[in-house]
Formats: sequence, structure tokens, C-alpha cells
Amino acid sequence: MAEILELVWILAKIVVLLVPLLIAVAYMTYAERKVIGWIQLRRGPNRVGAYGLLQPFADALKLMLKEIVLPLNANRGLFVIAPMLSIMPALAAWAVLPVGQGLVIADVNAGLLYVLAMASLGVYGVIVAGWASNSKYALLGALRAGAQVVSYEIAMGFALVGVLMASGSLNISEIVEAQAGPIWNWFWLPLLPLFIVYWISGVAETNRLPFDVAEGESEIVAGFHVEYSGMAFAVFFLAEYANMILISGLAAIMFLGGWYSPFHGLPVLGPIFDLVPGMIWFCLKVAFFLFCYIWFRGTFPRYRYDQIMRLGWKVLIPVTVVWLVVESVFILTGFGPWF
Amino acid sequence: MIELIIFYVFAAVLIFAATMVITARNPVHSALFLVLAFFNSGVLWLLAQAEFLGIAVVLVYVGAVMVLFLFVVMMLDINVAPLREGFARYLPVGVLVGAAMLLEMLLVLGSGELSAVGLAGGASEALGGVGTAQSNTALIGNVLYTIYVYPFEVAAVVLMLAIIAAIMLTLRRRSGTKHQDIAKQVHTRKAERLRVVRMNPEKRD
Amino acid sequence: MQAIRDFFNSFLLVELLKGLKLTGRHLFDAKYTIEYPDERAPQSPRFRGRHALRRYPNGEERCIACKLCEAVCPALAITIESEPREDGTRRTTRYDIDLFKCIYCGFCEESCPVDSIVETREFEYHFEERGEQIVNKQQLLAFGDEYEAQLARDRAADAVYR
Repeated sequence: MAEILELVWILAKIVVLLVPLLIAVAYMTYAERKVIGWIQLRRGPNRVGAYGLLQPFADALKLMLKEIVLPLNANRGLFVIAPMLSIMPALAAWAVLPVGQGLVIADVNAGLLYVLAMASLGVYGVIVAGWASNSKYALLGALRAGAQVVSYEIAMGFALVGVLMASGSLNISEIVEAQAGPIWNWFWLPLLPLFIVYWISGVAETNRLPFDVAEGESEIVAGFHVEYSGMAFAVFFLAEYANMILISGLAAIMFLGGWYSPFHGLPVLGPIFDLVPGMIWFCLKVAFFLFCYIWFRGTFPRYRYDQIMRLGWKVLIPVTVVWLVVESVFILTGFGPWF
Repeated sequence: MIELIIFYVFAAVLIFAATMVITARNPVHSALFLVLAFFNSGVLWLLAQAEFLGIAVVLVYVGAVMVLFLFVVMMLDINVAPLREGFARYLPVGVLVGAAMLLEMLLVLGSGELSAVGLAGGASEALGGVGTAQSNTALIGNVLYTIYVYPFEVAAVVLMLAIIAAIMLTLRRRSGTKHQDIAKQVHTRKAERLRVVRMNPEKRD
Repeated sequence: MQAIRDFFNSFLLVELLKGLKLTGRHLFDAKYTIEYPDERAPQSPRFRGRHALRRYPNGEERCIACKLCEAVCPALAITIESEPREDGTRRTTRYDIDLFKCIYCGFCEESCPVDSIVETREFEYHFEERGEQIVNKQQLLAFGDEYEAQLARDRAADAVYR
């Protein structure tokens, strides 16, 4: 009986986390269109509801009513499974991310590894979709995405190794605890190169501009999801945004002190800013990174594919390795307030 | 109770997936079932409270190795029929190898060295009786970098050699092909490519 | 020296930051969007929209069935048939324009010796059934009557440049 109650309790926690997350995903699409519009001196969607706030629901409705076309000679089972494969890991990874002090579904000891494992699973949706569609564009997009994600995972993993060296733990809550203090106590400052590498590879991991060769609408139409329509396409779309939120959440936790306010622990400002709940600080930090995603999309042209590979293997990975060595020197000498 | 149910469900899926790996007609399906099998074995390790190993197997095998595998399988146009031709001929060898592996497994498992008590005991022995309360990530790390440090380093060197050898075997520079030197492209400056010409507006007639 | 500066520029992402600064500034600039059904951009008097046939102020139709427009039409969108009327003047019995073929080049208007076929400023129209896109003489004359005031004004405004 107690076990069943616990299961129900876990399910309730999952629902409480996932519902706001999915709403955030929906509004991320709206925010993207708005911000890109502003950058391009347009207004963005403003017809459905006040300021266009109901636009995501209108889009969802439209996509739900559309037909899902199964291409001839497509691999039926895999074709249907692929969108689920791509959104599932993006949501599953949230199980170990604390949104506030103690507000986490599973406080796993190897949480960081779990997140990395989930992030690396996301590529299967893309690859399976590309292969199952039986289309050359889809297959090309899937291959590009696969190679890109696997390469950038290494840089990302190395960057997170820096975080784990600095905090001395794989447990995500403990990583945040290790950053307790004002803004200059967070890991972004001592690990600045790793932070930048993490963020660049995070953008590449999610196949977002300027690294969106997997979609490359001007070269391979829409890449892995050319053949998808209706709700199946919408799930890919949601998965992309869920992944963005996940990467942003990780960035906030690993480098920007998770739920801590920027003045935590200071004499006067500290207690005032601590009045704001930690969850809000966390959401603000995530929102900042999400805005950066959109900002980059509005600014940078798409990388050429070979340039992406060069950047990942010949620039980002060496930078992380060098900084890991520098960091171990920091740790051995007990440098600054961080180590 | 629930743990048992979870175990049997995932174990059943694991066995099903493993069987499908060798029976599926389509090589891509085989590879995907192998992914499923790895994932399920990861979950079983989690159930045995070896969370580090469980997640590591997902991260390394599912997240990286199998992606590359799938890559190759998708790019190659494998014709299945000739692969199945020699089935009867290779069967005795296969059975022999399988039997040998089974025997080895049974010997290792039967020796008692691998039982939970044996492992924890060995580790805490090595660490002077510290270990039991630590997470098994730390435990593995402690054992790996103390008593097993030389085998660990040797394994690392062997892997390194394998990487270098693989790259050297496949690296070939064909002469006469056009290729772009990205470093050179990246380092060009505006002044080398672009000349801003100032022109006076022409008079209209 | 230049090489060192380039190296640091690329490692500190200077050019990327410059780009971000530019788009960041645009984020807050005034927007150019014209919210179409509520706001409209000004139209030129030379705007070429849906066609109309005009009449003289006394109500007589202008078209004399010279078929110059039919001849000049690059898309072959105009079909004209003519016969003498009871009073002996040559008039059209049929004047059809296929608006799907029409490319709105305005040659018919230019070629017309009596300013009969013109293009109005009307550009918001649609067809609900196949066949409706072929507008006949009665419809064209009705448009002409509807827009006559504006048509006359536009011709007068443009007369200076002809």
C-alpha cells in the first residue's frame, strides 16, 4: 500500500513539473516568433488574443487537425516511434534537475551523468526519423545531426567535467550547493571558458542556429522531419524546444548557481533578494539562456557543415582540455573563493 | 514487490530485444534492438543500485557507440540474403564459442568473487574499511585509481593506440581533389576581400 | 602582431558580440510592420488592380471594339467580339478578361485610344468557384460605374506626366 502511495506521489510530482514545462515549451515558440520579429523590425504574431498570446494554442489546434501523412515505403513502426523518441529524453532528463532548493523529483547521486545520458539519447529520434522516412533529404539531415550531436557531446561532457571537478560531486543539488553565494561565487567565473564551450555545444546539441544544418531549410528542405506533418511534426517541434529548455536549465544549474539569488550571502542585499523564492531565480536564469538562443538565431548565419565539425573537434575540445588542466592547478592551490 | 515487477518487466524486454538483435531481418532494426537491449541492461544495473555503471552504459553505448553503429548500418546498403547463406556452416563454431562464454560466466559467477559482499568487502579492504556509506561512484573511483590503477592506465593506452591506428588507417590525402582550408578561410580579413569604392553621385540629365 | 590580434579577436568572439550588439539594438527599434487590414500603405494613382470599363459622362460606353487591348495583351487574357449596333456604331458584344491569365501589366490601359479599359485600385477580391475568374462586359462596366469618381481623379492626377 505504502509503495503504491509513493508511486502516486511520484506521478503527481512528475505532472506538476511537466505541465508547466510543456506550457513553457508552447510559449517558447511564441516568444521566439516575437523576439525574432522584433530583431527584424517586425511585430511578430499579435492577432490571436491580446498581443497574440493565444497563438501557441491556435498553432497546436491547427497541427492537431492536420493529417499525418505516411510516406510510401516508409518504415511505418519506426516512423511513428521517432517523434516520441525525440521528446521523451528531453522530458525525462528533468527528473534530476532541481528547480529550487529540494524541489527535485529524484535526487540521484549520479545525476549529472544521468542528464548527459538523456541528452545523448535525443539524437535517436532524429536518426530514426531520418532513416524511417525513406527520403534522401531526411537521411542526409539525420546523418548530419547524428555526427554533429555525437561530436559536440564530447565538448559538452568535458565542460561538465570541469563543473564536477569544481563541485566535487555528481549530485546536481550538491553542485548547486557548492556555488552558494553571490554572483561571483558561481562557477561561470572561474570556469568561463568551459561555460562558453558548454553553451556553444549546447546550441549545437539542440541543432539550433547557427548549427542547424540538420534542418538546413535552404539546402535539404527541412532535414530529418521533411516527411512529417500534423501532430507528428508538432512533437518534433516540441522536442526541439524542450531540449532548448533542458540545456538552458542545465546551464543555469551548472554555471549560474541554480536557485541562488545573485546577491545571496551579502550583508544587506542578500536577505532582501532571498525573499524571492529560489524557483523564480532559477526560472529567470533559464529565461535568460532561452533568450540567448533566440538572439543567436536572429543574429548568426548558418555554419557550413565542415566548419561545424572543425569548431567542435579542433577548437572546443582542446579549449576544454586546456582549461581542465588549469582548473586542476586552481584546485590544488585552493585558488580564490571557489576551490 | 514493485521492484520485482520492474525487474521482470525490464528483464523480459531485455531478453526479447537481445533475441531480436540476432533474428531481425533488417540490420537497422537489429541495431535499434541492440540499443533497446543496452538501455534495459542499464536499467537492471540501476535496480541493482549500481547507478554509475547503469548510467555509464547508457551514456557510452547507447549515446555514442550505437549512434556511430547505426550510422554505418544506415549508410551501407546491406543485402541480407548472402549474410544468411553460411548459417549452417558457421553454426558449430558459433555454438562452441557460445558454450565457452557460458562456461566462463558460470565459473566467474560461481566463484563468489563477484557477490555483493565480496565486492564491497574487497573495496573496503582496499580503502582500510571506509567504503560502505559512500555512493558507488566514489567507490568505483577509489578502487579504480588505487588497486586497479595500472590495468586502468594500460587499458587507456590500448584504447588510445586503437584510436590512432584507426585514424591512420583511414586517413588518406588524395591528390587532385578540391578541398577547402577552413583555417585559411576563417583567418581572412575584411580588407583582403572587400574594397569599398566611394563614388560621386552621377548628374541627371 | 596582426596575427596575435586576430587570434584574440576570434577567441574572445569579438565579431560575434558585434553582431549580437547590432541585433540587440534592433530589438528595441521602432517596428515597420503595417498591420494590414487595420492600417494600409498609401496607394499610387497608377496602381494596377482589377479591371473596369468606363463610360462617358453621358452614359455612353467608351469602348469602340478596336481590339487593341486584345492584341497587346501579353497573356492573351482578353477576348473581344464585336458587331455594329442599331445606330451603326461598332460596339463589343463580348468583352471577357480571364483574371487568372492576367498579369496586371497595364498594357491594355496604355493601348486604349478612348481610355475605356482601365485598371482600378481594387486589389482585394477573390473567386469562390471555377469560372468566376472570367469577368464579362456587364461586370466590367458595373465596376467602372462603381469606381468612376476615383478613376477620373487618378487619370487627372496622372495626366500631367503624359
